[in-house]
Amino acid sequence: MSRPSPADLPLPISERMSDTPGFGIYIHWPFCRAKCPYCDFNSHVREGIDQARWRAALRRELAHYASETTQPDAEPRTVTSVFFGGGTPSLMEPETTAALIEDVKTHWPTDASLEITLEANPTSVEADRFAAYAAAGVNRVSLGVQALDDAALAFLGRQHDTAEALAAVDLARRHFPRVSFDLIYARPGQTPEAWSAELRRALAEGCDHLSLYQLTIEENTVFHARARRGELPLADPEVAAGLFEATQETLAAAGLPAYEISNHARPGEESRHNLTYWRAGDYLGIGPGAHGRLTLDGTKYASRQHRAPEIWLQTVEQAGHATRARTAVGPSERLEELLLMGLRLTQGIPRAAFFRECAAAPEELLDMGRVRALAAEGFLELDEAGLRATAEGRQRLDSLLGYLL
Amino acid sequence: MTELSRLRNFAIIAHIDHGKSTLADRMIQVCGGLSEREMRDQVLDSMELERERGITIKAQTVRLNYTAQDGHDYVLNMIDTPGHVDFSYEVSRSLKACEGSILLVDASQGVEAQTLANVYLALDHDHEMIPVLNKVDLPAAEPERIKEQIEEVIGLDASEALEISAKTGQGVTDVLEAIVRRLPAPKGEAQAPLQALVVDSWYDTYLGVVVLVRVMHGALKAGQKLRFMGTRAVHDATEVGIFSPSKKKVEALGPGEIGYVISGIKTIQDAKVGDTVTDERRQCARPLSGFQPSVPVVFCGLFPSDAADYEELRDSLGKLALNDASFQFEPEVSPALGFGFRCGFLGLLHLEIVQERLEREFDLDLITTAPSVVYKLTLTDGEQLELHNPVDMPEVTRIKTIEEPWIRATILVPDEHLGAVLKLCEERRGEQVDLTYAGSRAMVVYRLPLNEVVFDFYDRLKSVTRGYASFDYHLEGYREGDLVKLSILVNGDPVDALALVVHRSQAEARGRALCTKLKDLIPKQMFKIAIQAAIGGKVIARETVSALRKDVTAKCYGGDITRKRKLLEKQKAGKKRMRQFGNVEIPQSAFLAALKMGED
Repeated sequence: MSRPSPADLPLPISERMSDTPGFGIYIHWPFCRAKCPYCDFNSHVREGIDQARWRAALRRELAHYASETTQPDAEPRTVTSVFFGGGTPSLMEPETTAALIEDVKTHWPTDASLEITLEANPTSVEADRFAAYAAAGVNRVSLGVQALDDAALAFLGRQHDTAEALAAVDLARRHFPRVSFDLIYARPGQTPEAWSAELRRALAEGCDHLSLYQLTIEENTVFHARARRGELPLADPEVAAGLFEATQETLAAAGLPAYEISNHARPGEESRHNLTYWRAGDYLGIGPGAHGRLTLDGTKYASRQHRAPEIWLQTVEQAGHATRARTAVGPSERLEELLLMGLRLTQGIPRAAFFRECAAAPEELLDMGRVRALAAEGFLELDEAGLRATAEGRQRLDSLLGYLL
Repeated sequence: MTELSRLRNFAIIAHIDHGKSTLADRMIQVCGGLSEREMRDQVLDSMELERERGITIKAQTVRLNYTAQDGHDYVLNMIDTPGHVDFSYEVSRSLKACEGSILLVDASQGVEAQTLANVYLALDHDHEMIPVLNKVDLPAAEPERIKEQIEEVIGLDASEALEISAKTGQGVTDVLEAIVRRLPAPKGEAQAPLQALVVDSWYDTYLGVVVLVRVMHGALKAGQKLRFMGTRAVHDATEVGIFSPSKKKVEALGPGEIGYVISGIKTIQDAKVGDTVTDERRQCARPLSGFQPSVPVVFCGLFPSDAADYEELRDSLGKLALNDASFQFEPEVSPALGFGFRCGFLGLLHLEIVQERLEREFDLDLITTAPSVVYKLTLTDGEQLELHNPVDMPEVTRIKTIEEPWIRATILVPDEHLGAVLKLCEERRGEQVDLTYAGSRAMVVYRLPLNEVVFDFYDRLKSVTRGYASFDYHLEGYREGDLVKLSILVNGDPVDALALVVHRSQAEARGRALCTKLKDLIPKQMFKIAIQAAIGGKVIARETVSALRKDVTAKCYGGDITRKRKLLEKQKAGKKRMRQFGNVEIPQSAFLAALKMGED
């Protein structure tokens, strides 16, 4: 199999990075082989998963949501992305992936450049299935490499070592037109030199997309408990900030500038699905604990499915879906969501998005005194194009939002 | 009415924790004042706060019926007095209502500064004293050494001191016998016009103001028209009674007796401690001497942490003032802290008690500004004014002189900590008056400016002596001083809540300390923050809080929005507790901690 070249990409860059948020479908596979000590996602370790039963339930919940979005009076939608996340969706049988992709295409019209991403662990077992996933229609994989250092991988509780991970990346690049992988930095004891060496090695793999996350300690994780006991020597905020800045520079110089706080891509290689989140677009959340945003008749609804896998499964089998909560997102919340997601993007929030989400111009919606104060400090820009946080502003986005909202 | 020769009125003078309340409980028990079942430990300290801190805030009284070894029945009135210098006026009124005192001293701890002050007060009132050593059952007890100390330090004959253990009950009957035999009976003319002393008064939701009185002459009966001679208020006595310790109606209170009177008084301002009560129709010739309405000496601002609690704070302060004639408050607006009240107190303990009661009984979260004393200013145009709040200090050019209150402080300290105490007093502009030794303890007397004492002096004293010093003071008067207003500016804006009046010699050190402390307390923000200390227009210290370098959530996808929004909500809720200074948000906790400076 030959490596796909950028020329095979379905659409020109400019169009894929256009301002339209798109319409995405997120499908959650809640199982992992082991729970990583830093991860607080809805993931569970289970023996003997009934794949056929899970496949049927996921398809059923998808069909339920399809019926909602394809009512005769509903606005026509074209699916622009499908994202299999988890958990570890590469533990899902390729048959399930294939069935779900087929279902999406049956239920909705799909964009010519439909992006179908699968998260996968870079172990040899999972890599063996790459061909099958590609055949099912997956055209982008996101690999949880996390580190290119064996000791660090052990610390992060990963099931693979560096060599295995790199082999998986290599194999993925042969099977999928688009490959991205994740790394976690600001790990205890990690020096700026070590991180920059790791980054150089990552870039040498030649992927066009990288997600680079600073290690954060989330509640309800093993790391959280360890940090509370003082057993986790976390990076000093100054050191972490230095690593962040170095990351931005190195990746920009390598031609993969940040398009979002932690996401870097060669222009045109951005994750279309994730852009839907950051652009406050609509997306369906299928599977245990999945979140969705769906605008019906001008009202945006936030939905969340049952988190516990078994309860989700039974509920779907009985009721056709396991929607746990569905609430209308009020006007002020829509503005908040627009800002807290949109300012993460380098391109910021276009004016049109303010009108779409809040029916008003940013000047009417925001405390302009605060906007000007932030602009004066070089953190924020508001112009004809829209509102965006500068690099300095993005680096302090949580405080910026706290001040602005 | 009780025959005078069968009456004894006494107070117990003791330091905190020396066992006053326990002894009171035992005596009540011995005299059958309460059944076993009714008996709660420390019956007298009825307020939760009093129980917890082991201090008495309001004077209380109990009538004990005791059959002595001579076969006669006696009525013993015990007055429990507030144990702290802040309430020394109340103490002196309580003592005036008695003929004698029990000096209760812990047999291992010995005499403390507060005890000393109150013993001198009692001696001023010509009290007969019965020294009693408590806790003699403890292994650390050294009754002989403490007796010596009583003789040396107080100059009281301790050869007949009783040795008891209030906890086990050992010797409690001896105390009762000594009260009967050694204390004089009160004197008074039953047929004379009514003359009674207001020992205390408090507000009761159902009864209105209850007045605790000691009848000197004449009789106090229900139905009498009473005149309060100091406040000139006139009220009808609707009920007269005693505490045994529960409230019990009696027909009349005669000379020497202590009891209560209810007379439809709505506010305790009408029944001030120390006032004289007489019969409106048959007035006594003159009031009892020594009535002086109490004057607050320490002021501070009290602000609700949540602005929404303002009304509630006002109501709560009103309720507290109902029961505390010496507590004053008036509305105050602070740019830093919002709407609140400027409050006046008798002293630091009084302040602390009020603050704690507000937080505890009324469930209010408060910010207390740095306590300030009352300065007397003379302006260049000859005008005189009292300064209760540093913020109100006029322009320097308009001020001719500033006078500040000075105190005379007595500190008792084990001699190994003496050096540290002397150093502390010197640092606080103290002037040594006296230094004497009693055994291994030193008694130091210093003149100190009160403003040096309200600023963390207790805490420092505690820490440099590891809690072994005891401290007491009384106001001595005003003296001119080289005082300046120290302002703290955040990004150029003055923070009124942190303004201080300090001696010029200390302004720089204090300013620098405040800036350093604030630098640590104000969290880094997106904007750089300049903290300055200034006298007038001159900056004397500055610190900078550098801007946050990075603060952003690493991951935020579809499933994270809800969580992220919750975080924002939290941030917003936190903002309510922040004060805005230009671009800078300062958490209230920073003010609070800055106000509590010197504890680390």
